[in-house]
Parts: sequence; C-alpha cells; structure tokens
Amino acid sequence: MSVMTYIGAIGAAQREAMQADPRVIIIGEDVEANVYGTTGESKQRAESGDFVQAFGKMRIRNTPISEEAMVGAAIGAAMTGLRPIVDLSYSSFLYMAMDQFVNQAAKNRYMFGGQSRIPVVFRSAMFYGLNTGAHHSDRPYSMFMTIPGLKILTPASAADAKGLMRSAVESDDPVLIFEAVPLWGQKEEVPDEEYRIPFGKARIRREGTDVTVVGISGSVPLALQAAETMAERGVSCEVIDPRTLVPLDSAAILESVKKTGRLVIAEPAHRTCGAAAEISALMAERAFPWLKAPIVRVTAANMQIPFSPVLERQMYPTRDKIADAIAKVAGH
Amino acid sequence: MAAKKAPEKSNVSKEELLKFYREMLLIRRFEEKAGQLYGMGLIGGFCHLYIGQEAVVVGLEATTKDGDKRITSYRDHGHMLACGMDAKGVMAELTGREGGYSKGKGGSMHMFSREKHFYGGHGIVGAQVPLGAGLALADKYKGNDNVTFAYFGDGAANQGQVYETYNMAELWALPVIFVIENNHYAMGTSQARSTKSETLFGRGLAYGIPGEQVDGMDVLAVKAAGEKAVAHCRAGKGPYILEMMTYRYRGHSMSDPAKYRTREEVQKMKDEKDAIEHVRDLLIGSGLSSEEDLKAIDREIKDIVNESAEFAKASPEPALSELWTDIYA
Ligand SMILES: Cc1ncc(C[n+]2csc(CCOP(=O)(O)OP(=O)(O)O)c2C)c(N)n1
Ligand SMILES: [Mg+2]
Repeated sequence: MSVMTYIGAIGAAQREAMQADPRVIIIGEDVEANVYGTTGESKQRAESGDFVQAFGKMRIRNTPISEEAMVGAAIGAAMTGLRPIVDLSYSSFLYMAMDQFVNQAAKNRYMFGGQSRIPVVFRSAMFYGLNTGAHHSDRPYSMFMTIPGLKILTPASAADAKGLMRSAVESDDPVLIFEAVPLWGQKEEVPDEEYRIPFGKARIRREGTDVTVVGISGSVPLALQAAETMAERGVSCEVIDPRTLVPLDSAAILESVKKTGRLVIAEPAHRTCGAAAEISALMAERAFPWLKAPIVRVTAANMQIPFSPVLERQMYPTRDKIADAIAKVAGH
Repeated sequence: MAAKKAPEKSNVSKEELLKFYREMLLIRRFEEKAGQLYGMGLIGGFCHLYIGQEAVVVGLEATTKDGDKRITSYRDHGHMLACGMDAKGVMAELTGREGGYSKGKGGSMHMFSREKHFYGGHGIVGAQVPLGAGLALADKYKGNDNVTFAYFGDGAANQGQVYETYNMAELWALPVIFVIENNHYAMGTSQARSTKSETLFGRGLAYGIPGEQVDGMDVLAVKAAGEKAVAHCRAGKGPYILEMMTYRYRGHSMSDPAKYRTREEVQKMKDEKDAIEHVRDLLIGSGLSSEEDLKAIDREIKDIVNESAEFAKASPEPALSELWTDIYA
C-alpha cells in the first residue's frame, strides 16, 4: 500500500492505463503544460512523472479551447478503435459540448444497432465551495444521469478514483467521471498492484443499524463525520457511497434500508432531479414497507452559485446539516 | 530620454495624452492593489489581472460615445474602469461585499453596469461573443448608431461559436466590433500551440468581415484603429475585427507557475513595449509635461486606488438572506 491523494490517484490511473494500452490517449486543454495537474510533475497537484516526456505528443494531445470539437473528435476516434481520455477541466465546461455528449456519444451505439462502440472517458472537475463564481461552480453529474447511454462516476476517495478510472478506460461505453475538487488533496492508502473497481458496486464506508446515510461525491467524507458525531449521541449509521450513479447499486442501498428503516441522502448537486431525488424515488418504490420515517435529502438548493464566500458557505451539505438530518429521521 | 514618436495620423493633444496616462495608470495601480489584497486573503477565488494590456481598452474607450456597449471575459477589471465604472464598486466586488457591482454575488469575473453599458464579465471562454452580437442587434433594431465592443482573447478565438457569430453578424450587418485581445497565451498554451493561422483577424475575412492587426501596446495606434472600426460600424457597414497585439505581464490568474514562458520574454515586453512608459515618454520627451506634473497624477491615482481598497474592506458582507434573492425575476 502507498498513500496517494485523490488527484494523484487519477494521475496514476491515467499513467497505468497509458502504459497498458497504446490505444489510450489524453486529449485536453493545457494537458501538455499540465495546468490542471494530472499530466506531469510541474505542479503540486501531480504525484510524479511527466506525461509528455513519457508518452510523447502524439498521445498527450493539447487542444485549442474548443470543447465541442475535442469531445466530438474523441468520439470519432473511439468509433475507430482508440480509447481517449478527454480532460474537460471544469465540469461547467461540459455544456459547451452538450450535443456531442447527448446526441452523439450517448446514442451512437443504440441507433446503429449495437455496431458502434464509444470507449471514451470524459474527466471533469467539480469546483465548489471555492468561491469560483457562477460560471465555474457546477456539479452537473445528475443532469447527465438522465441521459441513457452515458455512465456516470463520482468517486469520493483516492483508492476509488484510481480503480474506477481504470475500469472507465476499459469500458466500451462513454463514461463521465466527475471529480470533487474539495477532495483532490485528500489522502488514502492505495494498493500498489494494479486493480479495477467494477461499476455498479457500492462501497459500505461504515456499518450501522439505525440510519442509512447515502453520501455522494464530496458529501461522503461529510457523511462519515456526521455518522461519527451521531455515534456519540447513540445513533448507529451505515454510510454508503454508491461510487457510480449509472449504473447504480440500488440493491446495496435497499439492503441497508431494509435493515435500518431510515434513509438520509447527501450530495452537493442541485435538489431537483438530483441523484438524491432518484435514490429517494427508488427507495419509496421498493423499500416502503420497511421505512420508519420519511426520507430526508441534504443537497444544494436549486439556485445559481454566489461568489461571496459568506453566501456560498450556506450552499452545500455540511457535517452538521447531515447530522441534523440523521437526528430528524432517527427521531432524536 | 529618447522620445518615441506618435503616429502622424493621430493629432494627439497634451490633454489627450494626459488622459491616456491617467486612465492606464489607474488600471495598473488598481490591479496591483487587487493583487495585494488577494495575497492578504481579502480576495478569494479567481482574479485575472489586466496589467500590460491597458492600452487596448483605454484607446478604444476614447472612440466611444454615449450608448455604446461593451462586453468581455473574466479579465474585466480594466474594461470597467476604462468605461467609467467606479473603482470602489469594482474593488468591493472583488472582496465579495455588498457595495460591489454585483452585490458580492459575481466576484472578479462577473460584474455588470447597465448605466455604463457594461454587459458583463463572463467566465465561459468565448460565450460573450454571440452575446455581443445580440447587443448590437438590439441597437440596429432600434435604429440608433451605437456600436458594441465584444472583447475576447486569442484562446477564445478557437471556440466554434465565435465563427457562427461572425457569419451571422456579417449577414445581418450588425454594428459590432470584435476585439481580439491577443496576449499570445491562453493560460499555459501559446498561440503557436493552438493554431496555424498566422493572424486571428484574418479568419474573419472568410466571412466577409474586414479587420486588421494593431499594436495594442500603443494607445495611439489603438485609438486610430478604433476610430476606423467605429466609423465602419456606425455607417451601417456591419462588423469589424481588431486584433490587438498585446501582452499580459502577470500570470493567467493568481496561481500560475508560468512555466510556459521565460522571465526574459516578459521583461523584454516591459522594457521595450510598455504602454504607460510609451505615453510617459511622449509627454516628457516632447516637453509637454514635467516629471512633476506626472507625479501629481501618480498621487491622485494612488489616492483613488487606496480609497477603493478601503471601501472594499469596509463594505459589509452581504446579508445571508441575499443568497435567496435574484434567482428569478
Ligand atoms: C469554455 C471554457 N473552456 C475553458 C475555460 C478555462 N479557461 C479559462 S481562461 C482560459 C484561457 C483563455 O485565454 P484567452 O482567450 O487568450 O484569454 P486571456 O486569459 O489571455 O485573457 C481557459 C482555457 C473556460 N473558462 N471556459
Ligand atoms: Mg490570451
């Protein structure tokens, strides 16, 4: 085992994937200069290695600021056998290429009767709680969950990020991986040998008997802290990280809710049609006989993101908000 | 000190030179102060400084009249000061306070002033360009002869929507001046790494839009080119492209290891091309002003900037309930 940061783990997974398979290439803005920190050693964000030196410019493809073209070109390259990783930097910039994601990447396989394959990984980073303003603070994974054909990953730890990234590169479907920037610096022990984490397999982060807490992305560590707080108050929480939202391991959540009868879901995305809304609906449909209290969601409100640090601080789930929700469903 | 000569076509007066000096210096000192406040932790998030590029907005603003509009990217502090927005309100937005131009909700990248016809600092690279064409469309519809300045960078010039906009703006003969602030870098990517086009204005020719490259470090050249572009637009002849060759002295934003260019390159621009030094040399070299005159202006500017910083520190944080306003009309 060695200790890695979340962002370092992404870089390490990219390096392994490139070493393992010559069809893997990286496409993105400023990937040559490594401005975003996962393709070289010039910044504190990367753990080691310079990708241009190691793999050459044929494989580390710096693009102009042309998101729509880079996403489309990656899809085309995937249709004919490459396995590109596209670095879109901020998740807010995904919208620039919306047609390519929704009409092209997502529908291609199906509408051609399964003849086509789109093995592309689209990386993007969710900056939030960092005073980056309305144009750079989106957490849009739940928007993309509504598009059949795309797989949606939201790793919440270094080890998960690394293993999911490897599976993503090997997937024959288009995969969007949403990185939580507030977690980029968080460290975790990561196995030294190569490994992959399958899609659709939740990780039970803490076992418990009274309340099921599903955490998503940056809300997972907060859910764990809230569980700790509530343990001191005598409430035993089971904390589940689905890790992949499409496909979603609803069986693991159902299993837990059958045991606890209470469910809190925390995520940094908007409330309406969020992942928490989807999980709530699924559990209302399937776990109703076991539920002892209404499901509670802890999410961002449906609104634009303010720059002002004092205003933005109110926006997202916190340990205390999650703990309050747990107390509420537990009747404390 | 050897004076550099002003281009003959600009019959520039002492008053005008002093005005340019004052306005460019205000931007530079303001930006330096913003950098300091950032370092002190009073400003968070992004902060893209305009230092080095002052001649572009100052020269172009000298060609505008009431009702003309401007829209730009996140590197917007200079544009706001040049169009007459108050330094206090800009600085207070940087610190996220109630007294800022967007009440603290926008920050460095997102300010607005209907009064001054400043239609925003925008964070999505290139997205302000079609908006700029739309501002011009409304003026054309209303039948006035106002023009819009749509500013964007060399990096933004590679966004597809810029070209969709070019085509439509020429088709509809919209009074919009596309101002490409070519500072040679888009974050860490130099122009050479992002395009094989020799010029950026030249791409407009394919759509029938005239344009030219301009020494954007020379405020007089900027003004002269601006006058030509404005005359073209006001006469109803459609859009015009100005590719301003300029340079940013500071990093892309506040954290920038700057491995993509050499110190020498930056120093050479400062030594040989600095826009403020240029005007200073013109004023002093020609005997129009004394060192003393300019020092008085320096002091005046320093006061304005210090006042803005004091205001930005003293202005209250927005009320927490402000989070819930302005979401919908
Ligand atoms: C759609 C989009 N893609 C990427 C970015 C990230 N980004 C912010 S500024 C920038 C460089 C822009 O360079 P340029 O247009 O030359 O303007 P400059 O910063 O030099 O003023 C990039 C890539 C963004 N904000 N929006
Ligand atoms: Mg630039």
